[in-house]
Amino acid sequence: MTRRFRPGGLRARLLVAFVLVTVLGAAAAAWSSAGSASSALVTSTQQRITGTITGQIQAITPELTYPPIQSTLDRLRAAVGTNAVVTFQDLRSAEGTDLVTDELRTAVRTQNRLVTQRITVNGTPWLLVGTPIMITALDGVRTPSGIEVYSMHDLTDVEQQIDGLTRSAAVTAAWALPLALLLALVAAGSVLRPVRRLRDTARRLAAGDLDARSSPRGADELAELTVTINEMAESVQASMAAMQRMQADAKRFAADVSHELRTPLSTLTAVAEVLATTADRMEPDARESARLAITETHRLVRLVEDLMEVSRFDAGTAHLRIEDVHVANAVRDCLRARSWADRVELVAPDDIQLRLDRRRLDVIVANLVGNALRHGEPPVRVSVSASREQVSIEVTDHGPGLPEHVLAHVFDRFYKADSARTRTPGSGLGLAIARENARLHGGDLTAGNAPGGGARFVLRLPRTPQDPLVSVYQG
Amino acid sequence: MAAILLIEDDPLVRRGLQIALGRHGHDVRTAETGEDGLREFHAGPPDLVVLDLMLPGVDGIEVCRRIRAAGEIPVIMLTARGDDFDVVEGLAAGADDYVVKPAQPTVLDARIRAVLRRSAGVPDGVRVHGDLSVDTTALTVSLHGKPVTLTPTELRLLLTLSRAPGRVFSRQQLLEEVWEHDYLGDSRLVDNCVQRLRAKIEANAAAPRYVQTVRGFGYRFGPV
Repeated sequence: MTRRFRPGGLRARLLVAFVLVTVLGAAAAAWSSAGSASSALVTSTQQRITGTITGQIQAITPELTYPPIQSTLDRLRAAVGTNAVVTFQDLRSAEGTDLVTDELRTAVRTQNRLVTQRITVNGTPWLLVGTPIMITALDGVRTPSGIEVYSMHDLTDVEQQIDGLTRSAAVTAAWALPLALLLALVAAGSVLRPVRRLRDTARRLAAGDLDARSSPRGADELAELTVTINEMAESVQASMAAMQRMQADAKRFAADVSHELRTPLSTLTAVAEVLATTADRMEPDARESARLAITETHRLVRLVEDLMEVSRFDAGTAHLRIEDVHVANAVRDCLRARSWADRVELVAPDDIQLRLDRRRLDVIVANLVGNALRHGEPPVRVSVSASREQVSIEVTDHGPGLPEHVLAHVFDRFYKADSARTRTPGSGLGLAIARENARLHGGDLTAGNAPGGGARFVLRLPRTPQDPLVSVYQG
Repeated sequence: MAAILLIEDDPLVRRGLQIALGRHGHDVRTAETGEDGLREFHAGPPDLVVLDLMLPGVDGIEVCRRIRAAGEIPVIMLTARGDDFDVVEGLAAGADDYVVKPAQPTVLDARIRAVLRRSAGVPDGVRVHGDLSVDTTALTVSLHGKPVTLTPTELRLLLTLSRAPGRVFSRQQLLEEVWEHDYLGDSRLVDNCVQRLRAKIEANAAAPRYVQTVRGFGYRFGPV
């Protein structure tokens, strides 16, 4: 089971989503609480300052004379504190920084009440407070006295407190990150574990282990998916078993049929020869009939033998009988035994020895050369060559070669390239058997066309047979 | 030409082979089962037995073993091709040769004649190798002065090997010379016959003195 981290994987996506949601939530919560805390802080500071100023002014006003003179304004200003400006018409008393804006002044004059304004000068936050002083007549009517008091307060402290709040909000949000990661890992794990189990099961199924199942846990969607996959595996297994049974039945049937055919063929083979020796004395029709019966008997014998050979390959009961074989001699013997020696050009170095099954090599070479002589054009050439790992036997003819659509099927059982040419002496199994024989040796047989035209079959046999079924035969 | 006992259970195959072998000049008696075959065999021993291995009742292997125990009459078995189990069992039971079914009478006849030729002598006199003496004219073999009975195939193998003591014969050569097989002969015929021969003439078959194995090549006689 691999737990490799993949950037686009489900785990990565889950982690990213989880972390993003958590951090965004934490950040939003922190930001909004920091925001409301700082606005509360500003409001309370403002209220405190305006309250103080109002109190101070109220405390001093009964002692003042009206209309005021310069000293009156100075007293009033001193009572309000540092950074204050007091004006009355052209009179003015000021101390410290004077930051009063025209905007504030206008607001005080038009609204006739306490007005505040926040400004920033050279990076320093200030709270400006301006208020007119009202005269209250005995009948309670209030009229502006024309005296205006302005006071400036440095808000740097408050700003620092707000910064502190913001920072702590950011820190809180940052703390949420590892926590979110941890939670995300746990959550991803709980989702991914069943997914991984399912993946492993699916992988085993794909690899052909149809017994693979996953046990569903819980009652969630993944558990349902697990049940579904198990059911799918069940039905695939059932149909595979049915197919294998059918295939085995078909193969056994072919083997049984060929076996049963052998007994009547034994009789036919025996009497066909008797017929052959007496055919010359028969009347023409009977003679031809006898010859046809003999030819067809031989064809049947070959067909049945080939069928049985194929059945043995299918059943896995074909075994190699390994001997030390002189390849050039074996090929030469094969050609000579069939009287092909003078029709086939043999190019074979004399020093190639190979451990293989003589009879099976003979079957392969005889089939390839027989095909070349029957379907190709002369000259037919057999060339043997050897490398360190393998020995190759190449059979080429100089006919038109094999078309592409035929090449793909030449090793198929009963494949006939030309449907009109069904009366060939072969069983239609020759190449299939030849290739099975090559593979039994751990080698292979391939078909193609030579560069100059003409079909080319190449048999490759390993220097050392690789088949575990090899029974090494020594006296 | 030869008196042949054909033991084959299928009546049509039996009759077909009887006719075909008859036309090759043989005198063919037939039997349907192993028991019948053995009875026929004892009633009048033939020159050679052609034996189907797949028999109901007493099977071909057992029949072969009993014929071998009763004497040195050669046996050719009929076997299904690739039925290696049959071939191995049959050779171990002492069969001299085998022909794959469906058997062509010409092939069967050639094998029969080859087996019978093995009984023909090579007039050459008596050759003595250690304790073993081979009379190539009378076709008798004796060990420590006591006669040893060999089947024609065993005798032919011994004659071929002992003709040139020290010379190595490949299985292929022996198949061609003794069995008269073509180049695709089954080398198990040689190995089985060597084993039977050793059992008769060697003091210790595991460390043979006369018929020695040359690993990877074949067999050689002595030199003693």
